[in-house]
Amino acid sequence: MTAEKGDVIISVKDLKKYYNGESIKALDGVTTDIRKGEVVVIIGPSGSGKSTFLRSLNLLERPTSGTITFDGVDITSKATDINKLRQRMGMVFQHFNLFPHLTIIKNMTLGPIKLRGMSKAEAERRSKVLLERVGLVDRADAYPSQLSGGQKQRIAIVRALAMNPDVMLFDEPTSALDPEMVGEVLEVMKDLAKSGMTMVCVTHEMGFAREVGTRVIFMDCGKIIEENTPEQIFTNPQNERLVSFLQKVL
Amino acid sequence: MLSFLSSLYSGVVFLAGEAAGQSSSGSAGDIWQSLRDDFINNFISEKRYMYLLKGLGITFQVTFFAALLGILLGIVVALIRSSYDKLKDEMRPGFAKGLLGFFNFIAKFYLTIIRGTPVVVQLMIAYFIIFAASNNKVLVAILAFGFNSGAYVAEIIRSGIMSIDNGQFEAGRSLGFGYIRTMIHIIIPQAFKNVLPALANEFIVLIKETSVSGYVGLQDLTKGGDIIRSRTYSAFMPLIAVALIYLVIVIFFSRMVTLLERRLRNSDR
Ligand SMILES: Nc1ncnc2c1ncn2[C@@H]1O[C@H](COP(=O)(O)OP(=O)(O)OP(=O)(O)O)[C@@H](O)[C@H]1O
Ligand SMILES: [Mg+2]
Repeated sequence: MTAEKGDVIISVKDLKKYYNGESIKALDGVTTDIRKGEVVVIIGPSGSGKSTFLRSLNLLERPTSGTITFDGVDITSKATDINKLRQRMGMVFQHFNLFPHLTIIKNMTLGPIKLRGMSKAEAERRSKVLLERVGLVDRADAYPSQLSGGQKQRIAIVRALAMNPDVMLFDEPTSALDPEMVGEVLEVMKDLAKSGMTMVCVTHEMGFAREVGTRVIFMDCGKIIEENTPEQIFTNPQNERLVSFLQKVL
Repeated sequence: MLSFLSSLYSGVVFLAGEAAGQSSSGSAGDIWQSLRDDFINNFISEKRYMYLLKGLGITFQVTFFAALLGILLGIVVALIRSSYDKLKDEMRPGFAKGLLGFFNFIAKFYLTIIRGTPVVVQLMIAYFIIFAASNNKVLVAILAFGFNSGAYVAEIIRSGIMSIDNGQFEAGRSLGFGYIRTMIHIIIPQAFKNVLPALANEFIVLIKETSVSGYVGLQDLTKGGDIIRSRTYSAFMPLIAVALIYLVIVIFFSRMVTLLERRLRNSDR
């Protein structure tokens, strides 16, 4: 990791992702930079390409064309070891995707032990520290099915953090939660943002976008329509599609 | 019940006795006496029980190693098949894709042949043609039954892999695990757990299927019983004994599977 706070860490240029030939343009030329320490919140109507964009950043989706540069390396190039780069980009999913056959602590230590070559003792010690941070250290030996949705998502976050990533990607981390559990997950994300983590979040939580985001990107039809500070986006939206979107969600 | 059994038994002994040129009688005391005699004749004299004991050893040996081979082979074939299905659309054309396609073809060919022909024919082909030069019957039987079992195991495991939510796969990949390591650490353990009852069932079927080993002259449990029959000219005792031994083994393993399933289920309450 060479980038300092404020340096560009992810650079996306003219990213396109088509399905069925050219009939579905999930991404239709997206260009943006993400800087270290930023909390970028992506909003937009359903089907606008938010997930596709986020999932392109760690190549869970292979773009049709365009380039993504991560810490100076073109990750779309064939020569790049994507598995190495993914270790530095944590991802949190809408449906948690915890490993049901492993205990919480094993969920968290699997990556560090197998991929980072960390000793079991060290990996567990570090995981316990993370569990402490999200208030779930007493559930270390539970299985995912024994946790509530909010607890699962908090574990999913610290599981990604256990790999000590440079960037965290969130795809609607609170959308599958019962309303009373949304707060506890957002709280963890807020703390993470405060600690200086670079974050890219797709979310419908406008309160979070406003309070925690350093920049908001509004997408529609596979394009970035408007991007600005939360302040500007929410109080002074320019594009009419953003205006009508905000009217619906606020 | 007992009188039914004893009359059944005396009927059988009568028929067997006819064949052996003995006479038989019907009173209850005589039946117990002849039962005893028969038992001693079939199992004790000339240490004939050794045929069953040694045969059982062979049956276990063949089943165990064939199952092991079958599982390994099954995992490999299942991985090839499901990887091809999963990756064929997203892989760029090139050497790796060609190689995977080739392996997928071989795997499909193997599955078709093995599942399309009787195991006893496969065993005979293995012994009399493919390994004609070898005299190691146990090894040939292990290979034949292992390759046979592998095909069924492969399809069981493949269905298990396909049943795992794609999100599990993505979670593994997003942590930085490669395709194969995601399979090994995340997908296979879950798939395995889901299909464990089916796999155990396959193992139990395998125990019973090895009973055709006698076709290549291998003295397994069934053949052992058959040899006793041919020595003593009495079929009832040895064959029923053989059947009972299989039954006990199968019941034992079925019970183990139930226990294992219960333990596994506890982990994902
Ligand atoms: N595998 C696929 N095959 C075909 N079309 C797809 C595929 N994945 C996504 N799409 C299409 O691409 C477009 C963008 O999808 P995407 O999931 O990125 O939207 P989104 O903004 O995340 O929406 P949501 O808010 O509903 O999650 C949609 O029109 C979707 O139907
Ligand atoms: Mg989405």
